[in-house]
Amino acid sequence: MADPLVEARDLMRRFASGGGLLTRPRTMLAVRGVSLQIARGEVLGVVGESGCGKSTLARLMLRLIEPSAGSVHFDGAEVTRLAPRALRRLRRRMAMVFQDPYSSLDPRFTLADVLAEPFAVQGERPAPGRIEALLAQVGLAAPMAAAYPHQLSGGQRQRAGIARALALSPDFIVLDEPTASLDVSIQAQIIGLLSDLRRDLGLTYLFISHDLGLVRYFCDRIVVMYLGAVVEVLPRPDAAPRHPYTSALMDSTFAPDPARRRTLTALAGEIPSPFDLPPGCAFAARCPRASDLCRRETPALSGDAHPTACHHPL
Amino acid sequence: MRAVLSALRTPKGGIAGLWLVLVALGAVLAPWLTSYAFDIQDLPSAYQGPSAAHWLGTDEFGRDLLTRILYGARVSLSVSGISIGVSVFAGMVLGAAAGLIGGAFDRAVTICVDLTWSFPEILIALILVAIIGPGIAGTMAAIAVAYLAQFTRLTRAQILAIKGETYVEAARSMGASNLFLLFRHLLPNALAPVLVAGMLATGDAIILEATLGFFGLGAQPPTPSWGAMMAAGSALLFKAPGIIVLPGVAVAVTVVAINLFGDALVRALDIKTRPREG
Amino acid sequence: MLLSVENLGVKIGAVQPLEGIGFALDRGEILGLVGESGSGKSLTALACMGLLGLIGGQRLGTVAFDGVVQDEAGLARLRGRKIALITQNPMTALDPVQRVGEQIAVVARLHLGTTPAAARARTLDLMTQLRIPEAAAVADSYPHQLSGGMKQRIVIAMALAGEPELIIADEPTTALDVTVQAQIVQILGQLVRQRGLGLVLITHDMGVVAQVCDRVAVLYAGRLAETREVGDLFSAPRHPYSAALIACIPREGMAPGSLTGIPGAVPSVALYPPGCRFHPRCPRADALCATTPPPQGAFACHHPLEVPHG
Repeated sequence: MADPLVEARDLMRRFASGGGLLTRPRTMLAVRGVSLQIARGEVLGVVGESGCGKSTLARLMLRLIEPSAGSVHFDGAEVTRLAPRALRRLRRRMAMVFQDPYSSLDPRFTLADVLAEPFAVQGERPAPGRIEALLAQVGLAAPMAAAYPHQLSGGQRQRAGIARALALSPDFIVLDEPTASLDVSIQAQIIGLLSDLRRDLGLTYLFISHDLGLVRYFCDRIVVMYLGAVVEVLPRPDAAPRHPYTSALMDSTFAPDPARRRTLTALAGEIPSPFDLPPGCAFAARCPRASDLCRRETPALSGDAHPTACHHPL
Repeated sequence: MRAVLSALRTPKGGIAGLWLVLVALGAVLAPWLTSYAFDIQDLPSAYQGPSAAHWLGTDEFGRDLLTRILYGARVSLSVSGISIGVSVFAGMVLGAAAGLIGGAFDRAVTICVDLTWSFPEILIALILVAIIGPGIAGTMAAIAVAYLAQFTRLTRAQILAIKGETYVEAARSMGASNLFLLFRHLLPNALAPVLVAGMLATGDAIILEATLGFFGLGAQPPTPSWGAMMAAGSALLFKAPGIIVLPGVAVAVTVVAINLFGDALVRALDIKTRPREG
Repeated sequence: MLLSVENLGVKIGAVQPLEGIGFALDRGEILGLVGESGSGKSLTALACMGLLGLIGGQRLGTVAFDGVVQDEAGLARLRGRKIALITQNPMTALDPVQRVGEQIAVVARLHLGTTPAAARARTLDLMTQLRIPEAAAVADSYPHQLSGGMKQRIVIAMALAGEPELIIADEPTTALDVTVQAQIVQILGQLVRQRGLGLVLITHDMGVVAQVCDRVAVLYAGRLAETREVGDLFSAPRHPYSAALIACIPREGMAPGSLTGIPGAVPSVALYPPGCRFHPRCPRADALCATTPPPQGAFACHHPLEVPHG
């Protein structure tokens, strides 16, 4: 990619868990050497099941948590090495929308307070009319500015969360499962809104989701993660999968069409614990194509136009 | 403020609030409400029962009991109120710092707090009074220190819980500093439960003050405090039960009122139980 | 008919969040109950199980099990024995301090009166049927040692241990990962066919409905919008709400921007509009819809969508 807006290089993040007076803490790698690039104006999807490290990756990209190794670059600046003041200035250009629309708004704040907060953090006041403009941009009526979060529906709260992310006119927004707690009818509204905003404001998105069907509808390229590592990058949303895990994910998503019912070749077993990963490919234990090689050596991501980390790709 | 009003509107909170207001007014206006002095002895009128002149009777030195209870309310309420106020403030500062800074500082604070937590409050109070000396100042210091652990722990737990809320993470993602988070999100959301705990602890503090007074370690004669009055009356339990029972009733009813009002406040403050509007 | 429900309604105090629900379910059949949150799916399930007392509700209409109309006491006798419930969150259905095998076995012993040894054998047999690997080892685990998918399988095994004839499953896979959800949905479907059970499957996931259900009842704001065979519903929905719900699912080959959702949100009980309750969100609504409730039937709509030809 010639000039990516955002880039992650070999990101790693280790977490320690447990460990009291007498026990040693156990460590796990939530993100294991992830590299990715996001072009200007692109929607990059990251898809995977719970525990695959996608939310950790989202937070590393915005340096909400520090990486154990690796770096993040934003428009030429190395985000992971910026001093606090420069980082705060850069934060005007990147924002995040969170999964839970209930806890993402302070219950004591009116929507006007919520939308004024990004300005307050930067030591400014919103220009007159800015709050109303933001509300209008996400489809909320102007009188909503005086409403408290508990007076709003889930969809309205998520719209407020999006308006807050737009407040400082960012270039890049991380969307962390923004529709996972909403009804499908509301999910479709929010996805429609996000598409419109991207078109009108020229935004770049990193879209995190567990829903492959949704990601294939909304994203330009798709990163598939399994247990902290990238297993495949689909260059187009309709590209045929090459990694057996991606293929299994696609099979597990039921099409809303009774004519296409099928018996699943369901994946054996469940995701292993990230605390004691087996050697070799992390997916080998559940993979129908696994060989001895897979259980011995970890496959690297191929360097071609359709990167895949598999010894026996489809 | 709105929560206090809505707590007053419930039957329990209303009655409790009314009693507390009466006691507070009685304490403040004591010099105007009664023509007697609390400390001038009138031995010929000792041990009188209730009468038009002395509504609640007199004590062993002939002093008007109602007068002494009103003046005693001054000591009891101000000592417990001020010391709990100091304790809440100090506990919030310590607890917020521990919760926000974390690491070794947090561990040190937690260990100290847990240590004081593991002694009975009365023991801590007795030790402190022994060091500072009996009297109002000693009692206040003792109460403040005895309850410090409670408010520190509560504030720290609140701060830690609120730190995990998504709106705090959202503010961080905008570049908010720790101090910004503290004053904008953490303290305002932690405040209500800590204040209610302080309110409820004031009831306990009245009892603790009375206990110290009963042991002769609180307010010194002739200053009346409810505990000291009960101590004086204990020797005369069968001869003049009013001397010990009446201040005891004042302590009991006031503490119950504080607890009831605290409960009503807890309910009124819970933001999620407010009805949905619009 | 194993379960037939007629004119079912629920009253809670002065409000009536549910009314006019009717459907029937035969053995070996799966009925899907779908709709957005707040549409009355879970309330319908509670009413069918005679559990409205939990929320201070009162049942209207009739619930017949195996052809016999049941009152609340009758439903209470059937519950657990002939009718079993599977809930969304397996953690709340399992006792955290008891081994999971014990929890399954106790159901078998209570309802079937078998010996402890026979109950244990039955437990392991059930667990194997649910494709739990190393059933004996898992049976001796505590709930916190198991993954979400495994716990949900244990809950299903508990539901099956009493040899019920009817299972009501309230969002049984919503809390699970997609690959695990696919396994559980498939297992549930096979169990129903093999054992001739009836299954009422409450879900918001149209993909799951399309995959396993035979018939579907679409609920909106406490009323039935449409009840159809699953194939008919997806190929030719008649109620605009059903069509809109199906159109909310992203599918392969969908043009960008074609996913628009349903404007507005489900009204709360206090704000149910007059006439057809869907009319404020409906593209086909007119003056009639705003005043007159549509007639009940396979689809409750004044202006149903046409059946496409060919």
